[in-house]
Amino acid sequence: MLLSKEEVEHIAMLARLNLSEEEKERYREQLSSILGHVAQLQALNTDDVEPLVSVLAKEMPLREDLPSPGLSLKEATENAPDVKADQFKVPPILDGADE
Amino acid sequence: MPEYEIVIGLETHIQLNTETKIFCACKADSWEEEPNTNICPVCSGLPGVLPVPNAAVAEKAVLLAQAMNAEVQTDSYFDRKNYFYPDLPKGYQITQYDQPIATGGYLDLPMGDYTRRVEIEKLHIEEDAGKTKKEGNRRFIDFNRCGVPLIEMVTGPNLRSADEAAEYLIRLRQLLRWLNISEANMEKAHLRADANVSIRLKGEDKLNTKTEIKNVNSIEAVRTAIQKEAKRQIKEVEDGNDIKPWTLDWDEDTEMLSKMRSKETEADYRHFKEPDLLKVHVDQAWQDRILKDFPELPLARRQRFVDEYQLPAYDADILTNERSLSDYFEQAVKAYDGDVKRVSNWMINDIQRMLNESGKMAGELKLKPEYLAEIIQLVDSKKVNNPTGKSLLDKVESTGKSPQEIVEAEGLGQVSDTGAIREIAQAIVDENPDQVEKYLGGKDGLIGWFVGQVMQKSQGKANPNMAREILLEIFSEK
Repeated sequence: MLLSKEEVEHIAMLARLNLSEEEKERYREQLSSILGHVAQLQALNTDDVEPLVSVLAKEMPLREDLPSPGLSLKEATENAPDVKADQFKVPPILDGADE
Repeated sequence: MPEYEIVIGLETHIQLNTETKIFCACKADSWEEEPNTNICPVCSGLPGVLPVPNAAVAEKAVLLAQAMNAEVQTDSYFDRKNYFYPDLPKGYQITQYDQPIATGGYLDLPMGDYTRRVEIEKLHIEEDAGKTKKEGNRRFIDFNRCGVPLIEMVTGPNLRSADEAAEYLIRLRQLLRWLNISEANMEKAHLRADANVSIRLKGEDKLNTKTEIKNVNSIEAVRTAIQKEAKRQIKEVEDGNDIKPWTLDWDEDTEMLSKMRSKETEADYRHFKEPDLLKVHVDQAWQDRILKDFPELPLARRQRFVDEYQLPAYDADILTNERSLSDYFEQAVKAYDGDVKRVSNWMINDIQRMLNESGKMAGELKLKPEYLAEIIQLVDSKKVNNPTGKSLLDKVESTGKSPQEIVEAEGLGQVSDTGAIREIAQAIVDENPDQVEKYLGGKDGLIGWFVGQVMQKSQGKANPNMAREILLEIFSEK
């Protein structure tokens, strides 16, 4: 089961990764081998097995609805590459369509 | 031209009115607060943090599920919805996908002479994203809204007109406030609605290609936008063109729809179970605790007011518009001995006015429902006249004293003693020979002036009908 180059490019686009031609080929092989492994697992008959989401304790701890302070504005923004008017400043990411 | 039918489904996002966000203890409400002042490592997506769900979010979702006749799931799961957008610092939104907190459900909309059943296709909890603002070719991000709890609720394609869509939103908003789930203010985006709109020939039951209208932030705008879009689609079809599955952006100022970017397909979100969270377990005991004081719902109460009190539908609608008003009315009815319609009239005319003027909820008035009942009773029994009764409303509200107390302290009791009124009336007649002459000369309208004089002299306490009768008597003797 070998992924097509287009599929690799689509996955890379979703993760916003720029891949070289050489990388596309390498990841194509690696991703295909992962999928091959999963396909092997799928050969098992699991008709009588309950789906499992987590092996951890069954009950999730919940929090009471009581507020407490978070980060100060300085703490929140001091490591950001660019801040203006107390807001994070970023380049457009949806080229054309959105901007 | 053949007859067309509009097919509408509404996708709503409801901002819950919890104190804190869904997965951290930051304050949930940041309305009019400075950017990035209600954020922490969890909601701003810093590495290595873990979400801890807010129990109140599950509780409010259970309340809404109950109100929508949906089935609460004992176990539900969170999923990651992956996409890149600057307002989403983690690169994914935590939402619920294939195992949400509730399934099924419907709402029956009263549409006057018919009822429209609206099915609920989806009801799940999720986190909100931040806000971005475009400036030049850069984006400015405020993360305050990140992690604010939402319920996403999607209807089936069951609505058949812009009016039905508007009615659905009106009834949903009423319900959300009734159950104290959300402030449901559309202008503040507590309640957001996207409308999926398609058309078909009347009588067909297939679903044609739909468009999605976004960014409509009032119920009136939803109504207008749907009407415009349906009209556009009908024209396209009549002209022999296909409907394209566009996403349309509503511009509030120009009231125009324009095409937005094409959507990423569902598969591209790559939903998978959120590994940082376990299942949400709402067992029967917890459900029972949440639903222990589940109130009668507005539409049921509206019907009961019509059946039980024989109120007109118009009155019942106003009196169940809001829960505090509705509870107030029923308490007043309990304390009042007489025609319920009397209480309804005072509520709709006077109490509504007081609430509008003060911005208070009915339950916050110092004029308790028992006091309202007492005032109406004082008027009924002619102990005070009608204008005095009305003025008592504001007097009780400003002092908090009982109506009886004020009547006694201020001597407001209506004078129904014919002797006392006759004395005043006689004095007025004696003091105003010119007017008497005019009246007797045929100016019948002057009787009102005489009654007014009697009322004035008695400081408003005389029974005006009695004053009129006595005056007529005096004149007839002349």
